[in-house]
Amino acid sequence: MSVTTGQLNKTTTKELNRIVLAKEELFILDVRNESDFNDWKIEGESIEIINIPYFELLDGVDAALDRIPDGKKVLVVCAKEGSSKFIAEQIVEAGRTNVHYLEGGMKSWSEHLEPVKIGDLKDGGSLYQFVRIGKGCLSYMVVSSGEAAVIDTLRMTDVFEQFAKEQGAVIKHTLDTHLHADHISGGRRLAEQTGAVYWLPPKDAGEVTFPYEKLEEGRDITVGGTKIEIQPIYSPGHTIGSTSFIVDGQYLLTGDILFIESIGRPDLAGKAEDWVSDLRNTLYNRYKELSGDLIVLPAHFGKVTELGEGGRVMARLTDLYRNNPGLNIREEDTFRRTVTENLPPQPNAYQEIRQTNMGKITPSEDEQREMEIGPNRCAVHDK
Amino acid sequence: MPEIKADQTLDCKGLACPMPIVRTKKAMDQLQAGQVIEVQATDKGSIADIQGWAKNTGHQYLGTVQEGDLLKHYLRKSTAAEVKEPKKFPHTISNEELKKKLASGEKVKVLDVREPAEYAFNRIPGAKSIPLGELESRMGELTPEDEIHVVCRTGNRSDMACRLLAEKGFKHVKNVEQGMSEWTGPVEQNHEKMEADPL
Repeated sequence: MSVTTGQLNKTTTKELNRIVLAKEELFILDVRNESDFNDWKIEGESIEIINIPYFELLDGVDAALDRIPDGKKVLVVCAKEGSSKFIAEQIVEAGRTNVHYLEGGMKSWSEHLEPVKIGDLKDGGSLYQFVRIGKGCLSYMVVSSGEAAVIDTLRMTDVFEQFAKEQGAVIKHTLDTHLHADHISGGRRLAEQTGAVYWLPPKDAGEVTFPYEKLEEGRDITVGGTKIEIQPIYSPGHTIGSTSFIVDGQYLLTGDILFIESIGRPDLAGKAEDWVSDLRNTLYNRYKELSGDLIVLPAHFGKVTELGEGGRVMARLTDLYRNNPGLNIREEDTFRRTVTENLPPQPNAYQEIRQTNMGKITPSEDEQREMEIGPNRCAVHDK
Repeated sequence: MPEIKADQTLDCKGLACPMPIVRTKKAMDQLQAGQVIEVQATDKGSIADIQGWAKNTGHQYLGTVQEGDLLKHYLRKSTAAEVKEPKKFPHTISNEELKKKLASGEKVKVLDVREPAEYAFNRIPGAKSIPLGELESRMGELTPEDEIHVVCRTGNRSDMACRLLAEKGFKHVKNVEQGMSEWTGPVEQNHEKMEADPL
């Protein structure tokens, strides 16, 4: 809900998600400190955003008023909510209208998850994508004949449980394409809560402290009575164990190997040089042998331009071979340099996140949330 | 490690942002220059914010000690001389924007607050000269309702002039950010500058 009155209005992350996808005009005043803002902010094609830390506005908001266009919808944003309300109230007192604050701040924005339907499966059933727009993470749910499998489950497991319930499906499998470094996997917890089986690529699971099923080529997974097949394809490069899935012969879930406008980075487990040739082989040989008509569904996006209709992130494999810069580097040496040099900064707390995903450390819910702040930065082109 | 001695301890435990900074600011106003305050907070966001605030105000951020969930921030109140200049005048215009305005043929008022000698050799065509030192006494020559673009060599003197004018009720003054040192637009002068003798 967004009401235009002389009062302070609340905007939910769901509403903001809608605004971003609808490309509605919005002016954002981000009052976090400068370094947090520079690290990560709300993006959208019709969003204009400025940063003035709240602690520079303690004596009054005149400096901010001067830069806020009159008449436009204004959203004040901070880390959690408190400071944005504090500043937004003063902007309202100064006589401005159509002033909003973001409920839950960037913390909630980072966790907002929106399910979108990707398509129908041949023997009935559907494939859904869960878009975590604030952080650029994507999860998937295969639903067929009362059963469901979740791929690259995010930490907010209740969203998946709730969604499956609405679909009348029981979650039977949770699968991770690889050991994630940018976010905490919800795969194990969701499996525990629903009695599902948790699958991991064995080569990424060398140090994990819990039991899991091995994702290996030839070990197809069936969802529902109508046998929707999930066919694992070993595709190393981002991690040594990275595994892609072909779902129902139509969809290629590429994990962090291939994105829409970029490719995965091989350095987050500290082995960039070792994995360059694996990554090249997967992208330039293994995937090339697959049908070009497969719809690529990655585990991340890096830029809002990768969001398609309704927020869906998808593209035909053939089209990616034509348009994705990461698939069009002819020289091996240039490729090596592209994926090992001048990489973007690593995701926030990526070492601790990997340890958490191995089960070696068990941070509290608040700590986990803190660890995940910021963009995913899993692609080589995410500057 | 020996206890760190503080002149005052401020309890902000359990408070969420922005309250730790709001309270710190209030407490700091009561302190004597040179005194140290210990701010106890549990909000992790306060680590970056208190540093940002200190940098912004000129107070000295000494460091933070973490004990479990408790964060103890130490700050020292700066003496008046150390505290930063009051905040910059917020209304500005870049050289480029001003240049465009002039080129569009719009009637633009420019006030040059440099010394007469600087003004004489190189100025924006049509600029009015009132050196900063004379501004207060000669303010009557200006109209408070006008949009006035204030320029100097680098943007500092004009910043002070803008603040002075705003204080006196001028509503539409703008500081020209980079100033004449980086001006690439048209100029005029009283006297032709002598070219260096080629011999």
